[in-house]
Amino acid sequence: MSKAGISLATADPPTPTVPLPRRRGIELALIVLAVLLSVYGYCAVGFARNGSVPPGAAGYGAGLGVLALVAHLAVRLRAPWADPLPLPIAVLLNGLGLVLIYRLDLETPGDKAAPTQLVWSTLGVALFIAVVLLLRDHRVLRRFTRVCAVSGLVLLTAPILFPPVNGARIWIRVAGLSIQPGEFAKVLLAVFFAAYLAENRGALTYAGRRFWRLRLPTGRVLGPIVAVWLVSVGVLVLERDLGTSLLFFGLFVVVLYVATGRTGWLAVGLLLASLGAVAVGRLEPHVHSRIETWLNPFASIEAGEGPNQLAQSLFAFAEGGLLGTGLGLGHSVLIGFAVKSDFILATAGEELGLVGLSAIFLLYGLLVERGYRTGLALRDPFGRLLAVGLAAIVALQVFVIAGGVTGLIPLTGMAMPFLAQGGSSVVTNWAIVALLVRLSDSARRGDGRPAPGGSGGGAGS
Amino acid sequence: MTRYIRRAAVFCALLLFALLVNATRVQVLHADAYDDNPANRRDTIARYHQPRGDILVDDRPVTGSRDTGEHLRYERTYADGPLYAPVTGFASQEYGTTLLEHTEDGLLAGTDPLLQPLPLWNDFTRSRNAGGDVVTTIHPAAQRAAYEGLRSRKGAVAAVEPSTGRILALVSVPSYDPELLSGNGAAARRAWARLNADPDRPMLNRAVRQTYPPGSTFKVVTAAAALDAGTVTDLDAPTDSPDPYTLPGTTTRLTNASRGCADASVREAFTWSCNTVFAKLGVTTGLTDLTATAEGFGFNEEGLRVPFPVARSTFDTTMDRAQLALSSIGQYNTRATPLQMAMVAAAVADNGHVREPYLVERTTRASGGTVSAAGPGQSRRAMYPSTAQRMRDLMRGVVEEGTGTNAAIRGAVVGGKTGTAQHGIGNSGTPYAWFVSWAQGDGDAEAKVAVAVVVEDAAAGRREISGGGTAAPIAKAVMEAVLRP
Repeated sequence: MSKAGISLATADPPTPTVPLPRRRGIELALIVLAVLLSVYGYCAVGFARNGSVPPGAAGYGAGLGVLALVAHLAVRLRAPWADPLPLPIAVLLNGLGLVLIYRLDLETPGDKAAPTQLVWSTLGVALFIAVVLLLRDHRVLRRFTRVCAVSGLVLLTAPILFPPVNGARIWIRVAGLSIQPGEFAKVLLAVFFAAYLAENRGALTYAGRRFWRLRLPTGRVLGPIVAVWLVSVGVLVLERDLGTSLLFFGLFVVVLYVATGRTGWLAVGLLLASLGAVAVGRLEPHVHSRIETWLNPFASIEAGEGPNQLAQSLFAFAEGGLLGTGLGLGHSVLIGFAVKSDFILATAGEELGLVGLSAIFLLYGLLVERGYRTGLALRDPFGRLLAVGLAAIVALQVFVIAGGVTGLIPLTGMAMPFLAQGGSSVVTNWAIVALLVRLSDSARRGDGRPAPGGSGGGAGS
Repeated sequence: MTRYIRRAAVFCALLLFALLVNATRVQVLHADAYDDNPANRRDTIARYHQPRGDILVDDRPVTGSRDTGEHLRYERTYADGPLYAPVTGFASQEYGTTLLEHTEDGLLAGTDPLLQPLPLWNDFTRSRNAGGDVVTTIHPAAQRAAYEGLRSRKGAVAAVEPSTGRILALVSVPSYDPELLSGNGAAARRAWARLNADPDRPMLNRAVRQTYPPGSTFKVVTAAAALDAGTVTDLDAPTDSPDPYTLPGTTTRLTNASRGCADASVREAFTWSCNTVFAKLGVTTGLTDLTATAEGFGFNEEGLRVPFPVARSTFDTTMDRAQLALSSIGQYNTRATPLQMAMVAAAVADNGHVREPYLVERTTRASGGTVSAAGPGQSRRAMYPSTAQRMRDLMRGVVEEGTGTNAAIRGAVVGGKTGTAQHGIGNSGTPYAWFVSWAQGDGDAEAKVAVAVVVEDAAAGRREISGGGTAAPIAKAVMEAVLRP
């Protein structure tokens, strides 16, 4: 970092001369394994609860298997060099999520969420297939930079027109369906950030005045992106969607850092984050109570009001211990209304134990790692920033909600990718995996063809 | 750019690492503290997730479990709830447990470590053992006879087997149905409020938790003390006792319900329950000897458990002579539980031995294997065997020709003692009617049953209250039930 000005001279990996193996067979094998594991979990719930295989086991396995196979065929057809890991990981997490939701449905006879989730999962896989089939080259997305920014902001602001649900204005209800448009905005804004920053990297890095040790870019370059970011975070704070505002903040800082290589941006980002957190924590009662709960999760018990959701969640994790109670044998339903959505991880923690929870974290970690690896292997800055942004979205989502329900950070509402009940979230995360598959196909194709539209290559390529 | 991508990746790896460390903290390091938090309902849910073990009377369960399909799944049911309530107590999801349900809770709920097939096995498998069964010593016919004998009267019955201390009957009336309290709904809360507000206190276990002035039944203790101390050597020799008797150091004159008590022999005085003779006899015997004998029977003993705790019966140890005179006829500060008075009668029947009473014959696993069995209880001598022999004669006389003829049973030797205890301020309360007795079938080598009956009976007229008239027939029914082959 001492020679910050020439950091772009860092060598990118040399173009491979031997084509990489395609590894589609491995992907297929892993998908079969993921489906079998999910069906096994489904049967385990049935055995634990009724001593028999649940009636829908065959249908469940067949449904999940067919979805996964069609997705695999799409990859085989249109992205043969793609990384073989993201799709099986998504299938396994989605399958496990369906098992957990089905398992919780047993405790809430009046409220069946698994069938709806299966429909949304199908839509998610359909979107995955559509992206893989129709988006032949990710660089096409750069044409939609402004469209992405505008539509992202529109989606974010739309829920303000609708009544709040459980204290947060993040849903819109259309014809009995409730959609969380902020979820879709994640991907759109990630595309916008990546495209805009890739385009203006030079200006961001070199132009502008020096301020102490930080070289500030000109307002003309920085303006639009800061504006989009500020609006999105501001809107989310208004909507009390704290998890998503945290996510956008982190995503922006990470992509900006990777694009410019300026540690100063991290410092500015952290400073802004702290200021924002303190201000919001002081002024906004909703947030303030969340922080109080985080600092003392058992205060409500001592006050004689019974355990709150976080305390119940901690009880569930503690009950799970090292090995868990076994699928179907825990009591995480005590958490209450958000047990299938924000708190789904508590069920995993109670019934699969620390071992199972670690396995889930490692699956996410692997998915994120494949995203960064794709970023490293790609040539064009847009692709690299997009891969980094998508990986960061997955990582931050997991950290924000998992950290929240385990008491590591204050709880902010957010869906655990693929696991939690929530159609918008499932569809969005399938879109993220689809883009990662598309990006990794480009990265591993290794044909070294020049980027169409030219300007992207960057100093290293 | 590569370097910064790597750094961003490392940052995400650190986030993941923080999650793993924190999950370990919650699930391993703090797990026990969270599990033990009283607001954590998991233990309660697990507790009611399986049917509770049963309490057995004569190998027949008097309890049961009902699957409600609710969150707290199994609720307790009771067959003949009011009849056995003084034995079983209740097991409520809302209000906890009492009596046998309480003292044997670990076994019934399956948490008792003795139920584990191997040490630490359950910690490993996370499973709970099926609840075990508690086999009581209760004699169902005797229990029912006592309960039906009391009918709508307020009172209590305790019966024991003299040679062992096994409790054969434990009845308290008015009673209640413990099943009303089993659940956790509004009905249970209403029942709880109603039972607690009831002035008759149906949830009070009068047989073991309530003490009464024993009245003339205490003359058994006084006579035994006098015989042991040698104050009396010839039961048939006339005593130098005035009628009425002026309490020493006072002008208070003590009278009798029966005639012919002046200078009566101890046998006559016992048979006809002369207060004057026994008041004087107690004073002659002295506080030290009387206290020793009373405590030998179990008075003033703390911590008796059968296995639930029994209220302490009292005999004052610091009294002047007037107070001692009253105490000798079971008044003043002298108070006894019905179980204590049954133990007094049992000691007479069993050659002066006082056996520690017990209610649990054995406990078993759900599969039937024995977990623990009652061994021979502690036994101590309350009087010389020769004294016991003479006391049996005295008590037989009461039933054969005295105040207790209502307890006589054809084909059996029965000994008894009546009592009518004054209580209340200035003795204004309706007196308690007592009867303590034992019975031995003609073919039996030893007495089979000793019983104490107390009837509070606010309903009956004051004159009709007498141990012989009211309490003796109940005792007779209980003894007959036990003696019946």
